[in-house]
Amino acid sequence: MISRGEQVLNYAILTVFAVIALYPILGMLLTALGPPGESTGFGIPSSLHFENFRDAWNQGHFSTYLRSSTIVAVSVVVASTFLSILSGYAFGTMRFRGSTVLFYVFIAGLMIPLEALVIPLYFKLRDVNLTDTYWALILPQVALSVAFGTFWMRAFFLATPRSLLEAARIDGASSWTTLWRVLVPFGRPAILTMMVLVFMWTWNEFLLALVMVASEDLRTAPLGLAFFQGQHSSQLSLLAAGSVIVATPVVLLYIFLQRHFIAGMLSGAVKG
Amino acid sequence: MRSSTPAHAEPGVVAEPAPAELLLGRALRSAKVSRRDPPGEPRHVGYLYILPAFAIYALFVLAPLGFAVWYSLHTWDGLLPMEWVGLDNYKEIFRSGPLRQAFGHSLVLIVFYAVLPVTLGLIMVAALSRARIRGQAAFRTVLFLPQVIPLVVVAVVWRMIYAPNNGSLNDFLGKVGLGSLERAWLGDFNLALYAVGFIGTWVATGLALVLFMSGVQRIPQSLYDAARVDGAGPVREFFAVTLPNLRGEIAVALTLTTIAALRNFDLVYITTQGGPGNQTSVPAFEVYNKAFQQGQIGLAAAIGITLAAMILVITFGITRISERGRA
Repeated sequence: MISRGEQVLNYAILTVFAVIALYPILGMLLTALGPPGESTGFGIPSSLHFENFRDAWNQGHFSTYLRSSTIVAVSVVVASTFLSILSGYAFGTMRFRGSTVLFYVFIAGLMIPLEALVIPLYFKLRDVNLTDTYWALILPQVALSVAFGTFWMRAFFLATPRSLLEAARIDGASSWTTLWRVLVPFGRPAILTMMVLVFMWTWNEFLLALVMVASEDLRTAPLGLAFFQGQHSSQLSLLAAGSVIVATPVVLLYIFLQRHFIAGMLSGAVKG
Repeated sequence: MRSSTPAHAEPGVVAEPAPAELLLGRALRSAKVSRRDPPGEPRHVGYLYILPAFAIYALFVLAPLGFAVWYSLHTWDGLLPMEWVGLDNYKEIFRSGPLRQAFGHSLVLIVFYAVLPVTLGLIMVAALSRARIRGQAAFRTVLFLPQVIPLVVVAVVWRMIYAPNNGSLNDFLGKVGLGSLERAWLGDFNLALYAVGFIGTWVATGLALVLFMSGVQRIPQSLYDAARVDGAGPVREFFAVTLPNLRGEIAVALTLTTIAALRNFDLVYITTQGGPGNQTSVPAFEVYNKAFQQGQIGLAAAIGITLAAMILVITFGITRISERGRA
């Protein structure tokens, strides 16, 4: 048993760190609600101005940026999930020549940082006129996510009970039917965790968008925010409102699916 | 007590984030992977299932990696023909003062991004491990939040905090009578790197703490009871029970945060652009800067490859050390 004093100390420690974690976030919210043109230094604003969000949305073109980010993130999540389920299934349940080597080639991708790839990606995609398109944002991120996804899904398929596979096979199901009718429904939690992580990585990606995108229509939310800050650094309330808009989708997802976020990150998940 | 099943093996049950398994670590442990139960009967259809994923991976990861190595052995401005220079770009990284500095800065950032958060997390968990905390889930939600927010947003917010006029840090210092300390934090020649580093500490500490909190929950109470029967105080208890049992979590935390420190691009780009002078330039920023602003593509590619090599070595190293300790 521990003493009352120690108990209080525990809560004090946690509270201090929780406050430190929340302070910049709440400060941003308060600034976003403050009177435009007046800097409150993260204090309580004198009056509330919800119209800042509307102004940022329209003037700051955050509606455009959010649309781009949504298109890119959803495409990357859907494509990489589908491809990773297929490849993870093969690595986890089938034996074929070279499978070990091939698997290592895939997981090498977990350690290759985008920083090392971004230069050739830019010049090669420019050669085929794909820079400044959604493809330039989607394809490389699908490829990097597939490295993680293959690894993640293989681990899941390795852990599924052999009896499930055998039962399906005895019933005469093909490998394709077995996968989609039997295993995938069984693996929803693992698949959801993977999707949530890939969504977060894609939504937050900045360097790739900075390099690939020139036209304003295609700017993703983080890239749009970076430009907005460059041009309107004095309009703090709009800048803060824009920041809130950019962070909201991924924060909402986190609040509803936080177990998946935490479980995934805690298992050491990284994307190149 | 590490189970090799992923946390999600059972349907519907998601994962108290219990078995902290170092993904990279597992991936790298070659012998173990290949000796796992031979998956299924031989099936050539396996190639078909892998083909689409492999094709896109080969095109957009493997091929660019090869080209990056190729570029790094040339000088190229993006327009004129490339010129072969062998390893000169890599030598240049060691020879050039500013580039050496950039790599040096990334080592300083490892202290802020990885060492400091892990140390703080361990100190906190040492205090916390002796009690059942009510409301732990709520604390976890809040502490983990900085990990989720886009780094660009984080950078924008911290720029506001550090701003010379009206920044909340200077405001605060003024109010508590430390006005003499007020300064342009991100423009200060001596402090800018630390100011950027502290943002990393803010981002990473929650991750470390949440990892360790979930790790501590898996330590059997009997170990603590035994330690107490032996008369161990809080400090001995920490070193004899808590620390050794958190080895896996510490390795995960160090790996993730060190990689984040080395790959730090977003924060530097938004807050300082490497300035003042060269004081906050880091390798990831120099890759972008040299390739897309200064047209030194070969040199930039060499920096990128060097960065990738550093990440590989450090990941291996941390995995190795944590493995050896466990055996």
